[in-house]
Amino acid sequence: MRFDRVFALICRHLYLYRRSPPRLAEIFFWPLLDLIVWGFVTLYLRNYALPQFISFFLGALILWDILFRAQQGISVSFLEEVWARNLPNLFVSPMRPSELLAALMTISVVKLLLAGVVSGLVAWWAYSFNLWVLGLSLVPFVLNLMVMGWAIGIVTMATILRFGQEAEMMAWGLAFLVQPVSAVFYPVSVLPGWLQPIALAMPSTHVFEGMRHVIETRQIPLDHLWIAAGLNAIYVTLAIALFYRNLRVVREKGLLIRSGSQ
Amino acid sequence: MAVIDIAHLTKQFDGFTAVNDVSFSVEAGEIFGLLGPNGAGKTTLIQMMLGLMTPTTGTVAILGMDIARDAEAILSRVNFSSTYVSMPTSLTLTENLTTFARLYGIRKPAAQIARLLALFEIESLANALTRNLSSGQLTRLSLAKALLNDPEILFLDEPTASLDPDIADKTRVLLQSICREHRMTLFYTSHNMQEMEAISDRILFLHQGRVLACGTPAEIVRRYRESDLEKVFLKVARGNDPEVAA
Repeated sequence: MRFDRVFALICRHLYLYRRSPPRLAEIFFWPLLDLIVWGFVTLYLRNYALPQFISFFLGALILWDILFRAQQGISVSFLEEVWARNLPNLFVSPMRPSELLAALMTISVVKLLLAGVVSGLVAWWAYSFNLWVLGLSLVPFVLNLMVMGWAIGIVTMATILRFGQEAEMMAWGLAFLVQPVSAVFYPVSVLPGWLQPIALAMPSTHVFEGMRHVIETRQIPLDHLWIAAGLNAIYVTLAIALFYRNLRVVREKGLLIRSGSQ
Repeated sequence: MAVIDIAHLTKQFDGFTAVNDVSFSVEAGEIFGLLGPNGAGKTTLIQMMLGLMTPTTGTVAILGMDIARDAEAILSRVNFSSTYVSMPTSLTLTENLTTFARLYGIRKPAAQIARLLALFEIESLANALTRNLSSGQLTRLSLAKALLNDPEILFLDEPTASLDPDIADKTRVLLQSICREHRMTLFYTSHNMQEMEAISDRILFLHQGRVLACGTPAEIVRRYRESDLEKVFLKVARGNDPEVAA
C-alpha cells in the first residue's frame, strides 16, 4: 500500500468538504437534530422511567451515530466518485483498491470524530450528560462501532459498485436495517426469543449491552467487548471479500466505465 | 519494439461476442487509431487494454507486461482520457489535477500542473470550479490529467469530440508534437475520419468485434478502392463491404 496515494484520495474528499458548506453541515446536522429532539424526550421521561434513563438513551444515541457516520463515511464518499463519474479515472490510475478502502476508512474516522465531538459537547452542555461516564470502555465501544460501520459501509459500496446508482438508497438505509436488532435503546431481553440470537450476532448489540452494563455497575464488560471484536473481525473480512468479488464481477461485465451513468 | 501486444483477445457477454479474436501490436512512438462504427467493440477493447474489463480469452501485454498480473506497474506508465469520463465538478482544476498527480506519484505536482494548464490554454481557469467549465474546457482538463505522468502510452477515447475546430486542431498538433518529441505512443479512437487520416501512422478497423483491416490510412483506403477513409467507413458501416457481408 502506498500512503501517498491514500493521502491523495483523502485530500480529494477534504477539498470537497472545504468547498461545500451543505456537505460540511450535513456531518453535524442530523446528529444534532437527533440529540435535540431525543434529548428533550429523555428529559421529559426521566421522571417516569429508569433512574439512569437519560444516560442510557443519550449514550445510545451518540454511540449509534458513531456507527452510522462510520458507515456513511465510506458509502457516501464512494457515491461521490460515482456521481462524479470519476471511478474509471481512479481505476486506470495505479491506485490499488485497498488504497481506496483505506482512504474511505480514514475519511469516515474524520467524519465520525467531528460528529462525535460536537454531539458529545452538546449533550454535556444541554443535558449535563457526560459521555465519559462510560470511562475507558468508551474507547473500545467506539472502535467496535466504527469497525461495524465500516463493514456495513463496505457492503454498501460493493453493492453500489455492482448494481450502480440504483442501489444508492442503501447508503442511507442499510445501517437502519440492523438498528432494531442492535439493542440500541432497549436490552436484548426485550426482543422475542427467536430474534435474540440474531441480535447477539451483531457486534453493535454487545456494545450497547455493554454500555448499559457500565452505566449500571461501573464495570467494564470484557466479555461483550471481546465478542463484539470477534464478530467485527468476521464481518469486516466478509465485507472486504464481497467488495473484491464484486470488483471482479464488474470487471467481467465491463460496468466500471458506466458507473455514474445508470 | 512493440509497446502494445494484443493476442487473440475475445470478450463475450451472455452469448454476445463484443470483441472476437483480435490480435495486433503497436510500436513505440506510433500514433495508432482505432476505427469502427458504433458497437464495433472499440470501447470494450480499450477497457480490456486498461484492465477495466477482464477478457474472456486472450492476452494484453503493455510495455512488455501482462495487464492481468502487472496492472499497477503498467498503469503508472500509461494514462487515459475519455469524453465519457468526468472529474469531480466541485473541485477546482488545480485540486483535481493535484489529486491525480499524487495518485501517479508526481514529485513536484505544482510545476507539472502549471505547465499542462498553460499547454492546453486553461491556466486562467486554474482556480475555477470544474463544474463551471464548458465541454471543450473539460476535455482539455481531462487531457491535462492524462499527461500528468508523462505517459509512455496515452489512450484517448474520442479526444476531440467536444472541441471546436480551432481547439481540436491545436490539440491534434499538440498531441502529435508530444508523441514525436517524447516518443509517446498514442492509441486513440475517433469518429472524425479526417483527423484519423491526418494523424494516424496506422489504423485498426474494427467491425462487429472483428478486425477488418489494419494498416496505414493510405493502405486501407486503397484496399477498399475508395478515395478517403470516410467513404471506407460508410461502406463498412452500411454493409456494402463484401468482406463484411461474407
